[in-house]
Amino acid sequence: MLMNDSSAAVSPQICGTPALRRKNLGAAGPEKFTPEFIQKQVEEFEIGKRHLANMMGEDPENFTQEDIDRSIAYLFPSGLFEKRARPLMKVRLSADLCFPPCEAVQWGPDGRPFHFLFYTGKQYYYSLMHDLYGRVLKVEKHQDQLRAKGLFPTEPKQIALGTSRWLTKEELEARLVEPISSQDYEYFIQLMERLLAMPCCSLEQQFVMSHRQQLEAQSMHQVVPPLQKDDAGVDFSTAEGRRKTSRGSVVVRDCGAGRLTVNGQDYLHYFPVLQDREQLMFPLQFCGLLGRFDLDCSVSGGGRSSQAGALRLAISRALLSFLPQSEGEAMRQAGLLTPDPRVRERKKPGQEGARRKFTWKKR
Amino acid sequence: QYSGVLVSFYLLTMSLRITFFPKLQLKPVLTVSDKILDLPLEKQDLFRVSELFTVKDLFDARVHLGHKKGCRHRLMEPYLYDSSLDYDIIDLDKTAEHLRRALNVTAQTAYGGGIILFISRRRQFCHLVENTAEECGEYAHTRYWQGGLFTNAHVQYGPGVRLPDLVVFLSTLNNVFQQHVAVRDAGKMNIPTVGVVDSNCNPSLLTYPVPGNDDSPVAVELYCRLFKTTINRAKDKRKQMDNKHDILLKSIIK
Repeated sequence: MLMNDSSAAVSPQICGTPALRRKNLGAAGPEKFTPEFIQKQVEEFEIGKRHLANMMGEDPENFTQEDIDRSIAYLFPSGLFEKRARPLMKVRLSADLCFPPCEAVQWGPDGRPFHFLFYTGKQYYYSLMHDLYGRVLKVEKHQDQLRAKGLFPTEPKQIALGTSRWLTKEELEARLVEPISSQDYEYFIQLMERLLAMPCCSLEQQFVMSHRQQLEAQSMHQVVPPLQKDDAGVDFSTAEGRRKTSRGSVVVRDCGAGRLTVNGQDYLHYFPVLQDREQLMFPLQFCGLLGRFDLDCSVSGGGRSSQAGALRLAISRALLSFLPQSEGEAMRQAGLLTPDPRVRERKKPGQEGARRKFTWKKR
Repeated sequence: QYSGVLVSFYLLTMSLRITFFPKLQLKPVLTVSDKILDLPLEKQDLFRVSELFTVKDLFDARVHLGHKKGCRHRLMEPYLYDSSLDYDIIDLDKTAEHLRRALNVTAQTAYGGGIILFISRRRQFCHLVENTAEECGEYAHTRYWQGGLFTNAHVQYGPGVRLPDLVVFLSTLNNVFQQHVAVRDAGKMNIPTVGVVDSNCNPSLLTYPVPGNDDSPVAVELYCRLFKTTINRAKDKRKQMDNKHDILLKSIIK
């Protein structure tokens, strides 16, 4: 019956996903991230930091985290795109990396667990359900008291949910720091909906809203370029746009002439095709401001169509600073402010093109 | 009458001593903490458990009401008084005696610092049982029972986990009217069990069965209240004895 604490294994587990954290701790696998283990890792980190400072020829006393990052990037250059996969020398004690808190020991020195639902296996999930059910009972009791006094509200005050949604299963797992099954998640949502269905649920408004995620409107993310004034007192604004491999930038001046210059040339010379010129004019035509502005564009890269698309996006963005927000929202809904994500798909080996396969011969 | 209690509690304290003092002592050296632990064995009913309830209280809480004759378990027949209109009636004198014994065991386990786990798979009383466990500082499990929670504990929870020293069943049946898996598993892991057995339950695997009604809310509230009071009393008594012991040590040192 007597079990010694297992001695720490060789390599610490750096990345943790819910699948990895699932209980199979009897196997000689990941060790416990006890406070003693974390302390030992912190000490080793400090010693390593001093060695690194000596290697780089810098002062070990004033070696900050940025210096460490710089030195590691110099000593171990990595071309990997995923920043989190590059070599890292950092001790972060938060829940996102390194030492996830769920691996901490759940009982005291006398062996008694800290949480009263420890023996269920899923203590945090069940304590959330217990808490939630307690609140449902409290609201029911409040309703009964009101009914007894005769003050039961005929038009119950509903909780203003607004543009929010329930937390997803992944978000709930991250909050509870333990894996839950889809059944458990469904029961949680059902019980929450039951709480919301009660007339006097506004008592528990704060609790309910803490388990909901606000959906921000897309238009709130739009960055409007600032409206500047040049020496002659004319308003102008600058914006950039991209399409495929083209990069374009435009300066929109509130002159009132309607002139368009692209890379120093007149737009008729630069874009001989009508379709490209239509693309440039579309944002102005949509807002009804065709003759008002002077456009000074510069564009490079790509072909004629993609250059036109890049300039169109740049013009739409620059126009935002001249227009009220409702007009800007109309432009967004028309799709003028959405960058086109389509790029050329690469050719794959064993195929003639990106999608086209070689001709199939029966024999 | 308390011989069964004495033997079980002695075994319990021996197991507790093994976990706390890993070096096996061939000659038991009586320290002051041993004297504190042996105190309930020397005095009869140290925690005054028999004052907590009377047979009339059990009757008012409808503890005597059993199920119909068709549901009756053969091994529950010794505990039944009679059956009226085919409804079984549990003998409250026997219930009172068993309940006193069970409360004594709970008190002595709590006094010795043991872990008590409350189990009930009845959805009606899940919240009540969890609240009871929280209020007396012990543990509860009123949810779906995963397979190897006792028998495969070191894999389920982690190496070095301490299992409960006493399991209290507020209802021994699960949602499909079969005996709860924990009854058999606690028997396998040598954990003493206290359980409220209704006339359709099997009392054979429990160490301290308490024949009584497990369906009425009044009855279950009574049991919860009784267990909570005994555990709190036992813990207070232990704190008192430890304080007295500390004061004595300080006066000796001075």
